[in-house]
Amino acid sequence: MMPKNSEHTVSAFDDDIGELRALVSEMGGLAETAIGDAIHALIRHDLETASRIVEEDSRIDELESEVERLAVRLIALRAPMANDLREAVAAIKIATVLERIGDYAKNIAKRVPIFDHRTDIEPLSILPSMAQIVQEMVHNVLDAFAARDAEVAKQVIERDSAVDDFYDSLFRALLTYMMENSHNITQSTHLLFIAKNLERVGDHATNIAEMVYFAATGDYLDDRLVGEPPVPEAGETEE
Amino acid sequence: MPQITPLRAIVALLTTFGLGYVAYTLGAEPLPVILACIGGLAGGIALGSSGNPNAVPSEPASPEPPPISDESLFPTLEELMNAIDDPSLIIVGRRVVRANPSALNLLGTHIIGEDVRLAIRHPAAAERLTGEAGAEESRVAMELVGIGELERPWELIIHELKGNARFIRLADRSSAHAAEKMRADFVANASHELRTPLASLLGYIETLQDGAAKDKKTRNRFLEIMHGEASRMQRLIGDLMSLSRIEAEKYRAPADDIDLGPLIEEACRATCTESGFDSTSVEIRPETGDVHIAGDRVQVTQLISNLVGNALKYGKGADPVVVGYGSISETMVRITVQDHGEGIAPEHLPRLTERFYRIDPGRSRSLGGTGLGLAIVKHIVERHRGRLNIESEVGSGTKVSVDLPKKPSAMSSSRNENVTKAGTPSLVATRDSR
Repeated sequence: MMPKNSEHTVSAFDDDIGELRALVSEMGGLAETAIGDAIHALIRHDLETASRIVEEDSRIDELESEVERLAVRLIALRAPMANDLREAVAAIKIATVLERIGDYAKNIAKRVPIFDHRTDIEPLSILPSMAQIVQEMVHNVLDAFAARDAEVAKQVIERDSAVDDFYDSLFRALLTYMMENSHNITQSTHLLFIAKNLERVGDHATNIAEMVYFAATGDYLDDRLVGEPPVPEAGETEE
Repeated sequence: MPQITPLRAIVALLTTFGLGYVAYTLGAEPLPVILACIGGLAGGIALGSSGNPNAVPSEPASPEPPPISDESLFPTLEELMNAIDDPSLIIVGRRVVRANPSALNLLGTHIIGEDVRLAIRHPAAAERLTGEAGAEESRVAMELVGIGELERPWELIIHELKGNARFIRLADRSSAHAAEKMRADFVANASHELRTPLASLLGYIETLQDGAAKDKKTRNRFLEIMHGEASRMQRLIGDLMSLSRIEAEKYRAPADDIDLGPLIEEACRATCTESGFDSTSVEIRPETGDVHIAGDRVQVTQLISNLVGNALKYGKGADPVVVGYGSISETMVRITVQDHGEGIAPEHLPRLTERFYRIDPGRSRSLGGTGLGLAIVKHIVERHRGRLNIESEVGSGTKVSVDLPKKPSAMSSSRNENVTKAGTPSLVATRDSR
């Protein structure tokens, strides 16, 4: 019943590339779900989901090393050329970035218990809309990766500025909020870190988009399109 | 060799007749169909008797019909796949070998020949899809969210096929989730709708306390705005309360004897005054003599006032709103409210009676709408065992008709039955017929 696939001469090579891409996609699925779940857990104060996300992050780490191993073996044994080589290199880089995204999700999940059930931080209501855009970016860039669609990848990059805008406005809102009442400072700072994490996820989605674009076309995207990073504010640290 | 039970023979028979039927529906000539059936019969008999192993098809575990002379009668796998509306895939090992159009539409056209994890990258699915075939169950179903589009719920159903193949079907679960979501949304919406005017009220009060009260002009302007916001809240709370009241009485049929003519007149007059329109902006056209309905006086008044209010608000105002009423059958009365405004696009019609659904949220609020008017109308009509129908044509206006049961003059059971059958309101969109 299965039609015999006879388009390729060295089908083992195609199998390897296919497996590599499948692993990256699986990682992507995990990372994407982790980000979505982390935000849900934060808003609903769902400690159970939060601890599950922290546990499941190890699966993403495992997959990352699997991708690396497979890609290195592929390059060493089969000496791929041109777009196949690009594909293998992109897979390694994307896997690294996805692992970071998983870490950010874990970071957000770890902060869930800090927010009390009754906490009513006004700026918290901005977070879901910001998370929504970030999630869509990750989702779309993974779709672009699966379809090798450079156009969709470009669209993802264009959305990053919206995330930065969200971050800036949240930053200001939280600053005002902290100034109003010093009791709020602890929670607001954690919220600020969460926003920062989301902003970084957005940046990473942009990175993946650049790699998808590179793997698909062989060209690097124009730097102007990628856009300026947001102005670093005082006290901001990379996580 | 496995045992041949009578059951298996019957299955074989049914299978072959089924094939005959498929062939028939595909528009085949009758003769080969009959032949196919006879062929099936012969096969079934051979199976049942189990005398001669040569007569039995080679694989008794899944009884296959004996070969039919004309194979072109069979639908191809592709035809079958295309006939399934849900996104469906066949994977062999981990590779997608077949996908129907709706799957390609949802997951992308690139998926054929790719690893299934590139098509469906949900972590829960990945495990099931890539595990060893021939698992303990032949059918696995699971709920997934976010395939294709973010937040969209699906049920993934995996059927293990022979060999290393699996049949995967994605069933859309959005509607089941929608009902649940609607309830949650309602509470959220209602509190949001109340919070907005409250926040602006508080803002103005604070500004007044900070000294703006000294300036008479500013103070008056602020007070006017505050009055507007407060009345908006009042209207909203009123609407919410009537909604819950109507819902509570849903199963108790109203019994007041209402003379429709005077009631409509009064309701229209009151609505005009309330919304600041001249009484000439509504024209009442009785189509038949006086009609009586069995209804709840307050609710019917509210129904007419909501409909006329909408028509006045969204009609252009140049032509009067026409309110007609008259008996349409032995048992039913029809009330129509027609405006000559800009009309409603067909895609909005099915959702008009949803709570807080607004075609243009900004405009609706600025006109003082609560977003509950038509929801209340729908519930009132439902309680009266009536029918609500909204027809609209973009550019030429909207016509809402409400059919309500007449007051039964003598109790007749068959009539009552007729009346109660009219259940949910229906919505009809009329487009330009070009």
